[in-house]
Amino acid sequence: MSEMRYEAPTTLAAAVVLLSETMGSARVLAGGTDLLIQMRAGRISPELLIDIKGIPEMTSILVENGCYRVGAAVTGMQLIEHEAFAKEWPGVIDGVKLIGSIQVKGRATLGGNLCNASPAADSVPALIAAGAVVSIIGPAGGREVAVETIATGPGRTSLARGEIVTSILLPRRTPYCGDAYLRFTPRTEMDIAVVGAGVSLTLDEQGFCRQARVALGAVAERALLVPEAAAALIGTRVDAAALERLAAAARAASRPIDDKRATREFRLKIAGVMAHRAAEIALERARRRN
Amino acid sequence: MSTMIKYEEKELKVVGTRPRRPDGVDKVTGRARYGADYKLPGQLIGKVLRSPHAHARIKSIDTSEAEALPGVKAVVTRDDFPDLAVEYAAAGELTINFHDVTRNMMAREKVLYDGHPVAAVAATCESIARAALKLIKVEYEVLPHVIDVVAAMQPDAPLLHEEQYTEGVKPRPEKPSNIAKRLEFKLGDVEAGFLLADVIIEREFNTKPVHQGYIEPQACLASYTEDGQAELWTSTQGHFVFRAQCAKLLQMDISKIRVTPTEIGGGFGGKNNIYNEPLAIALSRKSHRPVKMVMTREEVFRATGPTSGGNVKVKLGATKDGKITAAQAELSFQAGAYPGSSVSPASMCAFTRYDLQNVLVVGFDVTCNRPKVAAYRAPGAPIAVFGVESVIDEMAKKLGLDPIAFRLKNAARAGTQTYYGVKFGPIGYVETLEAARAHPHYSVPLGPNQGRGIATGFWFNIGNETSATLNINEDGTVTLMLGTIDVAGGSRAAMAMMVAEELGIAFDRVRPHIGDTSSLGFNFITAGSRGTFSSGMASVVAAREAIAKLRARVARIREVPLEAVVWQDGQARPAEASPHQFVPMSLADIAKVAGKTGGTIAGHAEINAQGAGPGFGTHIVDVEVDRQTGAIKILRYTVVQDVGRAIHPAYVEGQLQGGAVQGIGWALNEEYVYGADGILANPGFLDYRIPVASDLPFIDTVIVEVPNPNHPYGVRGCGEVPIIAPLAAIANAVENATGIRFCELPMSPPRVLHAMDKAAGKE
Ligand SMILES: Cc1cc2nc3c(=O)[nH]c(=O)nc-3n(C[C@H](O)[C@H](O)[C@H](O)COP(=O)(O)OP(=O)(O)OC[C@H]3O[C@@H](n4cnc5c(N)ncnc54)[C@H](O)[C@@H]3O)c2cc1C
Repeated sequence: MSEMRYEAPTTLAAAVVLLSETMGSARVLAGGTDLLIQMRAGRISPELLIDIKGIPEMTSILVENGCYRVGAAVTGMQLIEHEAFAKEWPGVIDGVKLIGSIQVKGRATLGGNLCNASPAADSVPALIAAGAVVSIIGPAGGREVAVETIATGPGRTSLARGEIVTSILLPRRTPYCGDAYLRFTPRTEMDIAVVGAGVSLTLDEQGFCRQARVALGAVAERALLVPEAAAALIGTRVDAAALERLAAAARAASRPIDDKRATREFRLKIAGVMAHRAAEIALERARRRN
Repeated sequence: MSTMIKYEEKELKVVGTRPRRPDGVDKVTGRARYGADYKLPGQLIGKVLRSPHAHARIKSIDTSEAEALPGVKAVVTRDDFPDLAVEYAAAGELTINFHDVTRNMMAREKVLYDGHPVAAVAATCESIARAALKLIKVEYEVLPHVIDVVAAMQPDAPLLHEEQYTEGVKPRPEKPSNIAKRLEFKLGDVEAGFLLADVIIEREFNTKPVHQGYIEPQACLASYTEDGQAELWTSTQGHFVFRAQCAKLLQMDISKIRVTPTEIGGGFGGKNNIYNEPLAIALSRKSHRPVKMVMTREEVFRATGPTSGGNVKVKLGATKDGKITAAQAELSFQAGAYPGSSVSPASMCAFTRYDLQNVLVVGFDVTCNRPKVAAYRAPGAPIAVFGVESVIDEMAKKLGLDPIAFRLKNAARAGTQTYYGVKFGPIGYVETLEAARAHPHYSVPLGPNQGRGIATGFWFNIGNETSATLNINEDGTVTLMLGTIDVAGGSRAAMAMMVAEELGIAFDRVRPHIGDTSSLGFNFITAGSRGTFSSGMASVVAAREAIAKLRARVARIREVPLEAVVWQDGQARPAEASPHQFVPMSLADIAKVAGKTGGTIAGHAEINAQGAGPGFGTHIVDVEVDRQTGAIKILRYTVVQDVGRAIHPAYVEGQLQGGAVQGIGWALNEEYVYGADGILANPGFLDYRIPVASDLPFIDTVIVEVPNPNHPYGVRGCGEVPIIAPLAAIANAVENATGIRFCELPMSPPRVLHAMDKAAGKE
């Protein structure tokens, strides 16, 4: 029987060395709420687990030049309980709140949700809509990329061998901006998104939409940024007609499959509905925030 | 000889109150020991190799590499078990056949479903056991399979059992078939009845198989000794029946197997059947070590439970003024890999809520390449009643009658002759309908996209063989040994309450326990809502026997005639106006001197409880339909049920709520999803969606009490009735909200949205 090794480095440098030097299969272990389940199901059997929860940079929430930087190993509950963050980014919190139960969120991390690369991950569309930037460190040093470039397909990422996501940087908030994430599931909790939609928008003083980003989850092999859907809102008062155009653009951008969770036909319809409803919530939040 | 004790109206001190259950503290502090919590020194872990095919012939099994793996101590296959001839036995509401039980436990000639066991391994740890499974080489000849019940009934369908000829048709068919049995229940003349009808409605319904969804996966621990004795700890609804089945499958004497039931984390009929138990004993026999086997959730879904999916055709005729003239149904039930679905009880429950002259119900028991079905709470009734109560609703609407008024007009009452045989004694169906109509829920106004539905359910309830022992301890407290399982409903509390009532002592002076198979006479499985009815009766018999002995003892101690001693308020007292007066003795007084005055006092009951009282319920549900997503929200739910008498009302309410919740899951989202390859695609709670707490409103309950005349405290049993009505009640509410009648379950969002869009001409 092969033995499994477990390491808990306390510095990023040590983690990178471990990850890149290992000959066999190594995996980063954050909350383990995806990883341990995959191991139990026999889908993966890593020889080395590198627990990153002991690395300070990865478990802290910092404010940098008025922007939030969230460590990749920050747990869902840590974020939800961070009142100032939750006020700035209610849409990101919408997404995080939907991850499993309180117990699951006590372990589950933002970095894990992203790097597990499930097309249905709930925090990811909200982060894409928010315009988050991801910091990565690896054997070749550090780099920064847009969050939507991390996942490339189910369980696949653009991370190179030995690379670790260290933190996620959110942009500075301005007046009249709001974000929201909404998903559809047959159950109210403990379920997996059939479709998810994240919307972030900024209004001007007159109530016209100046900036918008729209992202969809579970309608393709990875979460999608949908610029056409955002374009439907920009320059409008986000009225009924604009919301209809947004919904149509969301449907048009979706390329879902039939699976045990839903039909393609159903997902297409719901993609429009979720985008529409999420935009309404984001709009309401933007109007309240000045 | 059977036992029936008449109901007596009397002043009650304990029955009807709400004390804390004896198992409560252990459960909320994590001390309660469930199946997987038992351990023995030196134990091995057993694991099962399961079929990856829906249907295949086993050409060969080579276990040599697995056996050679260090740490593997035993491997068993079909060769380790004797073949058994056709022999039927009762197990809960369903009948089993040992010829099939041994094959379902371990495949012999063929595998008949994804997950069918083909070999089992015991090793020093789980990872070695799993590695060993991968080393077992099974050569299969894959055969065409059939999953759906209607498809399985076609003459050219892939055949599971080459020697199976449909029973119940004359003359005997010439060709074998997946239809194992045809059965028929008939009263009057339906053809004549339909001629009298002004309105006839005919509809066809389909339901999916659903799992019992108990939280605790099957788990057992077995130890076989060199002198041929076996001990077994297992999570079961019937340890005596499990003992008998293991004895048969392993060809052992019943006396050589001792089964201790563990706390049970839900069963709902799904733990009426053995799965790993005989494998664990056989592995222990072969390895000379204790063997523990715990199923994963995936195994639970692939290889245990579910109840049938069914195709239900209903035809109903009524006159303009709302009298039903004829009722006809055809039920085709998936039995899974081996015959023996719940189609028979389902047939008997289909129309039984109504007083009818002309009824014809035909049932088909159909084998297909799915796990062998197990009982599930009121086995089969919800499937049949989904169809019937949907049609009743439609009929009421067509006739312009209030759905409760229409039901009342045709309701079964005392004296109603049922089409399956019995004539009803006192029953409380009408009372539940009237209570529902009077409930504020029935008349509160609805908002847009909301609808209200009504449906009703009937279940027989059963009695059967039951034993109990009651020991008076040295300090006057009482230990009550029970042989039915407390299937998580709090029945131990109910039995202790009846004993406290009989003895005239406080509830917490009685400590109830579930005994192992060596501590009591035989007890039938805890099924059919029989627990509180039959074990309650046995407890009362045992208490009354103890009281008789207590009186005799006091008569001897006080030197008075027996007739001079009465038992009252926990004391032996002189009978009023008796010339023989004496100082009363309390239970504690007697217990203190019992040893020196003739020995410990105990009461026993070994009875066959008869006279179970039928149960009826009426459900009201409000739903809201999201027209853009097809999601159905349950806004409000009320269960009204006649339970005879609620011994512990809080635990009765829990039963009514739990049944309704399982019915809601069945109606809205639960279903087995099979791929074209016949492999189960959703063997887990993520994609097999039972409701979570936030999906549900508080389930309101109204307990109606029309005492069962054949139980000392009027108990009818209450666990099964509440799962019967929800499917139709919700479908009726959705129809009320949308104008669309759903004849297909589950009413999951994609189905509902599709139907609404189609109706609106959007598709
Ligand atoms: C009961 C239950 C319910 C759930 N419900 C939801 C839900 O509703 N919505 C949802 O989106 N998810 C859900 N999940 C999935 C899971 O909880 C989330 O995806 C979670 O965010 C994963 O985080 P983690 O820290 O546990 O990741 P891990 O399991 O520790 O890691 C996940 C993957 O990412 C890699 N990884 C982790 N961190 C890094 C890093 N910093 N750099 C590089 N790679 C990394 C790991 O190697 C692994 O491959 C649920 C899980 C469970 C068990």
